[in-house]
Amino acid sequence: MRYLPLTGHDRTDMLATIDAPHIDALFVDVPEEARLDGPIHGLPLHASEMAVERHMTRLARQNTVAGEVPFFLGAGAYRHHVPASVDHLIQRGEFLTAYTPYQPEIAQGTLQMLFEFQTQVARMLGTDVANASMYDGSTACWEAIGMARRITKRGKAILSGGLHPHYVSVAKTMAKYTGDQLETALPTLSADTDLDALIAAIDDDTSCVVVQYPDILGRIADLRPLADAAHAKKALLIAVVTEPVAMGAIVSPGEMDADIVVGEGQSIGVGLQFGGPYVGLFGCKDKYVRQMPGRLCGETKDADGRRGFVLTLSTREQHIRREKATSNICTNSGLCALAFSIHMTLLGEAGLRRLAGINHAAACRAADRLAKVPGVTLVNDSFFNEFTLDLGREARPIVRALADQGVLAGVSLGRLYPGADALANGLIVAVTETSSDDDVEALATALEAALA
Amino acid sequence: MALNQSGWRPSAPQQGEGVAATHTGNKALMLEEALIFEIGDEHTTGVDFAPGDVAGSRLGNLTRKSPIGLPGLSEPETVRHYTRLSRQNYAIDLGLFPLGSCTMKHNPRLNERMARLPGFADIHPLQPVDTVQGALGVINELAVWLIKLTGMHGVAMSPKAGAHGELCGILCIKAALEKRGEGHRKVVLVPESAHGTNPATAAFAGFTVEDIPATAEGRVDTEALEARLGPDVAAVMITNPNTCGLFERDLKRISDAVHAAGGYVYCDGANFNAIVGKVRPGDLGVDAMHINLHKTFSTPHGGGGPGSGPVVLSEALSPFGPLPFTERYADGHITLVEEESVDDRHPDSFGRMTAFHGQMGMFTRALTYILSHGADGLKQVAEDAVLNANYILRSLADTLDAPFAGSGPCMHEAIFSDAGLAAGFSTIDIAKALIDEGFHPMTMYFPLVVHGAMLVEPTETESKAGLDQFIGALRSVAERAKAGDASLKTAPHFAPRSRLDETLAARKPVLVWKEPAPVAEAAE
Repeated sequence: MRYLPLTGHDRTDMLATIDAPHIDALFVDVPEEARLDGPIHGLPLHASEMAVERHMTRLARQNTVAGEVPFFLGAGAYRHHVPASVDHLIQRGEFLTAYTPYQPEIAQGTLQMLFEFQTQVARMLGTDVANASMYDGSTACWEAIGMARRITKRGKAILSGGLHPHYVSVAKTMAKYTGDQLETALPTLSADTDLDALIAAIDDDTSCVVVQYPDILGRIADLRPLADAAHAKKALLIAVVTEPVAMGAIVSPGEMDADIVVGEGQSIGVGLQFGGPYVGLFGCKDKYVRQMPGRLCGETKDADGRRGFVLTLSTREQHIRREKATSNICTNSGLCALAFSIHMTLLGEAGLRRLAGINHAAACRAADRLAKVPGVTLVNDSFFNEFTLDLGREARPIVRALADQGVLAGVSLGRLYPGADALANGLIVAVTETSSDDDVEALATALEAALA
Repeated sequence: MALNQSGWRPSAPQQGEGVAATHTGNKALMLEEALIFEIGDEHTTGVDFAPGDVAGSRLGNLTRKSPIGLPGLSEPETVRHYTRLSRQNYAIDLGLFPLGSCTMKHNPRLNERMARLPGFADIHPLQPVDTVQGALGVINELAVWLIKLTGMHGVAMSPKAGAHGELCGILCIKAALEKRGEGHRKVVLVPESAHGTNPATAAFAGFTVEDIPATAEGRVDTEALEARLGPDVAAVMITNPNTCGLFERDLKRISDAVHAAGGYVYCDGANFNAIVGKVRPGDLGVDAMHINLHKTFSTPHGGGGPGSGPVVLSEALSPFGPLPFTERYADGHITLVEEESVDDRHPDSFGRMTAFHGQMGMFTRALTYILSHGADGLKQVAEDAVLNANYILRSLADTLDAPFAGSGPCMHEAIFSDAGLAAGFSTIDIAKALIDEGFHPMTMYFPLVVHGAMLVEPTETESKAGLDQFIGALRSVAERAKAGDASLKTAPHFAPRSRLDETLAARKPVLVWKEPAPVAEAAE
């Protein structure tokens, strides 16, 4: 057994040292009728590295790899090129195999990285501060709604129809138990967002308005009027960013006076990974920091006066406050935060803005090309690297048919909003620096054939 | 035969007496590293892009004009920055990480290789299900293992970490009670020795938390618990093996009593690594239990995450589990049950907990580990973990106070208290001195039921020689603490930093880097 260093001789010696006649003597507290007397029946026995590799590779081959076909899926997870050094560095054993930095004197690597990550995230989202990460964007979003309830002492949250439907779904699940009242809506398949309706809906019971930017259909709207309207009623504006690369091209929500900005950081450094692990981003204004969920890393000094970093403000957290904590979260997404931070450091300001520019330009070209396909209409006036097409007929079967031809065309609104007939013709198409003009041509051709 | 059975022994370290400080602040291989904001700038990038025009005009009049303030580094500078930072970390790759009830075991590199196969790493969560049959196959295969290893009926795979799994289990319980028309049951009983996430989770779900006392031997007070059961009790949350390192030998009796009183049993499965393959929680009456994949099934914890917390469920709770989940048909095809099909297939589900399918990258790693060990190897894992912990407990019981040494064998971890140390000395002094000895300290001051608790969990990863070296170090440090060796109070002396001022950090929080004031203003 390659992962177990004890030899049979060691085990015998150690049992003698502790005065136990055999190993089962150490399990005497397990009720006898529940003790298993051998390996659990019906499960395979141990296997060599080569055998396991063969089994896993066989499973991996049953999947269509995004990088091997024309690929246009987004809707909350985006395919970007990740530099080779990112994956090399996160596999340094000192990062990969470290636990939570509970002993800061021997965890400065992780802690300094988290401090840098928090600063990068706060600057990208335009907030004063950011935490050391959450599980993902969807859980960060409902944590933000809970935080707004604690701050405003009000229980009604208004969710934009442009918010990712899975994020809405998660918030609905949690609201059943926290007693929050959620007002939700479906998006409309048009260029217009629901900003005016949101503004009209804010009242004196509203804790927060939650809006995605760019939204689920890819549309971009100025959040300043919404922030003003929310603040006039003493409610908070929560903005959700699922594609942080966009921050290289457009004004950030924090710069438009959003109070809490959360996001999904996956698109920088992390990769698709079938949905996880991802990294939730969480930033807010300074004045709300003590109501934040999750770990925070802060600067301090050591006994010799040298700069160092520690986990701080932990009196908000479950291991101190127990049932009075701001959240039950413990583990965060440290390694994905590291990947995000390394990729962000490689990009820098210049690289992020160039990357964002390339994404937008590629999306503009693709939108123009696809809108020329007979029967296809571009829904958006504005977008970053993702837009929605109206195919004039139900999109979901077309996505399936194109997948059979080796083209991953995008995310149909039928998949995201089952049963919503008014949305069934919509197809969300994401175009990043990894999509070539040939890929776009392949999609256009396949769509044309499917719609003919 | 090993050449050095007592383990590696360092020569006495040389202090800096009479040696000038270095110009850089570096000490040979121990390199100081500035922040990226101090060494990078906004014009440098370590990524090359294809040339070409990037003029775009459809950004809704929100085109960014002002800088964000993100420093960039070239690739060599980036590699050095993070490599230098990495060397300021302790890690399981470097040595024992005995953080009781948290901890890490060896992270096999085959896991990493498998998770990076493009067929797993480069697939999108919303691809049509026919294009991701292998990924759904991984989820399904791991689910089957978890169900069989625990003797349970179903499993919810999507929770993102242990605490998220606890929430999943508690929400299943809440949904089940509501379905029965017993939503009035508002009390969750939690032992004093529980992880902080337990009461935080129960409170989040709207329950009132009541403590259950521990007995003098470190287990749940079964009689007190039974006496508290009644029509207002929704559930009991029990950690087994518990955070004192002991098996809750009354768990079956407790489960029967809780069920008879109309409640459910949630088991915190953080310490499942001690019993995997030896006993199945399903046989002890558990209704829900999360499994921390990093702790029992070797997925990396990366300095605090990602985790992954699948929750195994009893037959009574399975109908209430979250979306999405996989279903395998007789022909081998696997489908996803999401919002669309939930009304027909899983009408009692409490809903969705996270955007996608859970921690796929962790599933791949955990399944790789499980297949490597097999049913026989996993049993051996538990036996070695428990043997190692008992070896530490018995080897140090003559030096340190072991409050539950008389309570029977320990499971995965050995617990000591700070009783018997010289006046003014406490657990933290021992912990920080262990850093100087080259070890990560044990869990300190937890569980709360033991004064100055030291919770030592070695896992099965350690060799006997490695354990002997650790035992020697801890004994030496404990003897110094008993003798009142003042140098312990300022330990660690050889780490990248000496003791850090946590009070200062909390009093005036500095959570992001800010440009220092210009030199002219800052002077004088």
